[in-house]
Amino acid sequence: MVEIKTAEKLNKKYLREGMWPTIFCNGCGHGVVLEYTFWALEELGWDMDNVVFASGIGCSSRLPGYINADGLHTTHGRSIAFATGIKAANPDLNLIVFTGDGDCSGIGGNHFIHAARRNIDMTVIMINNFIYGMTGGQLAPTAPLGSIATTAPYGNIEPPFDICNLAKALGANYVARWTVSHPYQPIKSVKDALQKKGFSLVEFLSPCPTAYGRRNKLGDIKKLWKWYDDNAILIEDYERIMNYGSEKEKEEIKNMFPIGVFQDIDKPGFFEAYENLVNRVMSKDSKPPIKIKPKAVVRK
Amino acid sequence: MRYKRNPERIRNVLGNKVQFILGDMACVYGGILAGCSFFAGYPITPASEVAEGAARLYPRIGGTYIQMEDEIGSIAAVIGASWGGAKSMTATSGPGFSLMMENYGFAVMTETPCVIVNVQRTGPSTGQPTLGAQGDMMQCRWGTHGDLQAIALAPSTVQECMDFTIEAFNLAEKYRNPVCVMTDGEIGHLRERIVIPDEKDLKLTSRVPATIDKKKFIPFTESQTRKSKVPDFPTFGTGYHTYVTGLTHNEKGFPATDKQKDHEKLVKRIIEKITDDAEKLIMIEELKLDDADIAFITYGASARPAETAMEMAREKGKKVGLLRLKIVWPFPEKIIAKLAKQVDRIVVPEMNLGQIYHPINEAANGNCEVVSAPKIGGEMHLPHELLPYLGVK
Repeated sequence: MVEIKTAEKLNKKYLREGMWPTIFCNGCGHGVVLEYTFWALEELGWDMDNVVFASGIGCSSRLPGYINADGLHTTHGRSIAFATGIKAANPDLNLIVFTGDGDCSGIGGNHFIHAARRNIDMTVIMINNFIYGMTGGQLAPTAPLGSIATTAPYGNIEPPFDICNLAKALGANYVARWTVSHPYQPIKSVKDALQKKGFSLVEFLSPCPTAYGRRNKLGDIKKLWKWYDDNAILIEDYERIMNYGSEKEKEEIKNMFPIGVFQDIDKPGFFEAYENLVNRVMSKDSKPPIKIKPKAVVRK
Repeated sequence: MRYKRNPERIRNVLGNKVQFILGDMACVYGGILAGCSFFAGYPITPASEVAEGAARLYPRIGGTYIQMEDEIGSIAAVIGASWGGAKSMTATSGPGFSLMMENYGFAVMTETPCVIVNVQRTGPSTGQPTLGAQGDMMQCRWGTHGDLQAIALAPSTVQECMDFTIEAFNLAEKYRNPVCVMTDGEIGHLRERIVIPDEKDLKLTSRVPATIDKKKFIPFTESQTRKSKVPDFPTFGTGYHTYVTGLTHNEKGFPATDKQKDHEKLVKRIIEKITDDAEKLIMIEELKLDDADIAFITYGASARPAETAMEMAREKGKKVGLLRLKIVWPFPEKIIAKLAKQVDRIVVPEMNLGQIYHPINEAANGNCEVVSAPKIGGEMHLPHELLPYLGVK
């Protein structure tokens, strides 16, 4: 049984001194994701000397700066590739990547795809706020149809990116999506993701009142957070209704965000496979070299 | 398991002491000898043989080879591996080098030791993929945005591909800066005899790890344990809890994006840690310069026809010498300034339309005539093509 700790105690343990205040606006969901991650780490009881955080560029990518652990704040979109190298150099480290919708599914999409495909051992926590918040509210690849952004002043006409279904299709070991307004399931999800070998993804739908909510007339902070509650549906319910529901039911939920665990499997991670390869090649090396017999010899 | 360099295993894997191999392969050998244990790359002509060699040999030494999704990912993984405690490298050519430029700057700003082998080919753009050139010499100096001091070596032989890759690691580790081995398609695809140095003859440098009390450690300032502008290295996983960012940062590593003084102090230090040692970093070869009144100044593949042209001109009574730059960046201005006072003319053969010609001209400062002898299109200079620059008909 884990001792219940207050957020205050957790913060004292996990937050880096001297980095305050954060850059986050009032009503931003990013701090909540950070808190959920702390809870998960606390429940796991991991030594923070062996946990390394990597991130790219954007609001969410500032999170490693606030954590008392090793952190690599990299270039836009590339954090997953950087993390691949860190893990390769020292497989004993646990890699957590904080990234945003633009960083991960926009500029960094290719690195994400290939890390998931290779099943690279790391946990990616993608905080999706449908907008490029740090730069002032430009259109993100995850923005729902019709969203208003500074670079989509007449409404978004591009279908949004569904990063969870992408990761699932690529065979990532663990894939889940939650909103920041659901406290308990995400903590368990982050915990499960961290314990997984191979590639794991937890996507958080997180409000950005300043750049997204305001422009899209989703109301004040309280209303915006409720909007996430009202527009999320458990993946099991979503699939049941889409498969067996009436047309009316389907119509009601078709634009909602399915949340929950999308995939939970146990394929070997990349570095396990690589270690096996090294062992195989090395054991071959240590045997005496095979003498090649000329093929043209005719046996009598 | 962290990689531990095993000299005996490396010797077994590399094989005979004397070999006849490709320049690209010699870069792989150099990396392995230097203790590199992580290679991330992406196929590109004429550098693919470096990745192929690494893919074949790294599992056998217990290192890691990964073929990344592109060159941006390759250099990113290389930088990450360096922070994880590995010596790491990648290899590419022009288009890939262009893609790497942003993260090359990230390695400079975060003071990450790593090695990039650039087997140069012609450009702009896709150019002539299978043919050699020296078109990226200025790109490795100025290609990424902002101020920095590049370190770049230019091998002229296959042996030097190996030796300079080892040296590149030593410099990268010593100065905590990315180091480029600027070879080219001609040398990279050349087969020559090499002699693998014995273990006792290898001089290997490794970064100085952070050892002082974790609470007193300051990650991005002059070393706290020795007299150096290069800070000690807090490898990830050793408990220093370092925040490493490409943003302008203060000594603690925290973002200081709106502070003019912090930026100036940081960027000047990461440049001066190298330029302060400029004299020590000179690696040149001087041929017959004592009595010369015309001098070639060149590097890499171009030095080979230049040397032959020098001999041909000398047979005709012209006093020609040759200064070969083994390290191109930092630039040996003082040596060139001195030479410019001695000779009447400096001729600069390059496989581009004149890149290193410009800093040479600047260093000569009007004390002698400086002539660019360019050749592009994927062919090396023929020695006789260089003779008119020497006044030989």
